[in-house]
Amino acid sequence: MQLYGSEISSRLMLGTAQYPSPSVLAEAFRRSGAGIATVSVRREAGGERAGAAFWDLVRDLGVTLLPNTAGCHSVREAVTTAQMARELFDTSWIKLEVIGHADTLQPDPFGLVEAARILTDDGFKVFPYTTEDVVLADRLLDAGCEVLMPWGAPIGTGLGLTNIYGLRTLRAQFPDVPMVVDAGLGLPSQAAMAQEMGFDAVLLNTAVAKSGDPAAMAEGFARAVEAGRLAYQADPMEPRDMAAPSTPVIGKAFLS
Amino acid sequence: MMRARVLGAGVAGLCVAAELVGQGCNVTVFDPVPRPGPHGCSWWAGGMLAPFCESETAEEPVVRLGQEAAGWWERQGVAVTRQGTLVLTLGRDRRELDRFGRRVAGHQSLDAKGLAALEPDLDGRFDRALHIPGEAHLDPRAALAHLRTRLESAGVAFVAEQGRPEGLTFDCRGMAARDRLPDLRGVKGEMAVLRSADLRLNRPVRLLHPRYPLYVVPRADGLFMLGATQIESDDRKRSVRSVLELLSAAYALHPAFGEAELVEIGADARPAFPDNLPRLSRQGDTIHVNGLFRHGFLLAPALARMAVEAACDRTRPEFWHED
Repeated sequence: MQLYGSEISSRLMLGTAQYPSPSVLAEAFRRSGAGIATVSVRREAGGERAGAAFWDLVRDLGVTLLPNTAGCHSVREAVTTAQMARELFDTSWIKLEVIGHADTLQPDPFGLVEAARILTDDGFKVFPYTTEDVVLADRLLDAGCEVLMPWGAPIGTGLGLTNIYGLRTLRAQFPDVPMVVDAGLGLPSQAAMAQEMGFDAVLLNTAVAKSGDPAAMAEGFARAVEAGRLAYQADPMEPRDMAAPSTPVIGKAFLS
Repeated sequence: MMRARVLGAGVAGLCVAAELVGQGCNVTVFDPVPRPGPHGCSWWAGGMLAPFCESETAEEPVVRLGQEAAGWWERQGVAVTRQGTLVLTLGRDRRELDRFGRRVAGHQSLDAKGLAALEPDLDGRFDRALHIPGEAHLDPRAALAHLRTRLESAGVAFVAEQGRPEGLTFDCRGMAARDRLPDLRGVKGEMAVLRSADLRLNRPVRLLHPRYPLYVVPRADGLFMLGATQIESDDRKRSVRSVLELLSAAYALHPAFGEAELVEIGADARPAFPDNLPRLSRQGDTIHVNGLFRHGFLLAPALARMAVEAACDRTRPEFWHED
């Protein structure tokens, strides 16, 4: 899978927040083989490098880091946070979150497009956290984004893919744009479904971090992602309404 | 008589000193400020002795060893309130209570009536709760002050100096020991103290919330300690956001908190190792007792006992860490 020209081996991405400990976090990455770790800078940064010890532990995971602007509610905040993240992690990759609604953490589509444009102009490689809205996706691509991160459901809900029709439409409209289903996943089966639908990767955090055994759950998600991807590549059969017998019924007393 | 030095007069240092006195040692405690106060992170603790609730995220040793804590503090003459812990959620987070109940042993489910019987002031506000009767709480500042006085009367000398390792030394300096323990990191916690004459709680209350968890620990004189924030940072700044979260959650728990007096806001960084479990380690004649994370009052007694056993018997106890 290519994201902004970089080859990423795993289609599973994990967040790094809310784990019981950094050791459990590391074990979750080890068992899942996740290839990308998102990391939040805003809450910990405090204008200094107070979170440095934790960030060192995240760097030690040995995976590609994707800093995010989690918790930013305005374009300015998100842009400033992205610039800080670029310095801290020496990467131009940024997962762009501009939150429009404090309670549901729903993205602000207007601020998102504006911030995406400012950041791509500044040389960032933007991964926008967006809804499944096709028009919004179009605007984000216009703004210079080469990857989209549509939500499955609002952050932290674990509801899975709540608008399957919308996600299918989005996938079909932009078949060549790498898309990562981000947020709202609670179970591996939901991640498998996103893969079966042709999404390139999934990103999740709470479902793993807040489970009773994060490392086991991370591995469960990794296997589901692999299963879903295999199914997608294998060109699944078309569902049909009537049962079709796979062996001939001639000679059997099927009418008796 | 065996002589020992203790570096650091926080909860770990005082507990180690108490265990050493129990073994008949001649003990000197060094700390630039050798009395409990805002310079040490135990000052800001909640004082919940809640090993079962902690198992929601902490590993098994915390639950097992934490059960020693209430009895240990009582044997030191510290007032410990054994009224258990109450766990609540706001309406739309009810399922958090189910999850918590699945993970935490030793709880009883309460309906509205059962809750009102335990905490009359919460009557009518919640229709479900969990009660964990085997838990306790104490006032950390009173406990530290009491323990220090008791140690002084037992002949322990307190010296207002940084202190150097010399002979048998127990290094209990928390974050200040980072120079010797590079794996240590700070995990920031923020707290507020409110005073309300309108509200009475008999036991700590935990409000589960996916984003803004809260605990409220009642103290004497109408005081309530609010806490729960946990941030990967070693700064000690008191942030508006954390205080907003704590106060909003408290207000959601009971509107009487809206009328309370805001007595104090505090923040400090708790020393933690990457697995968030405490560690004992030896460097020469020095034994390090560190990484108590959010479990200072809960685990310091067990860690102190194990550290002193390790020194006296040259045993390699649990949490023993070799570089």
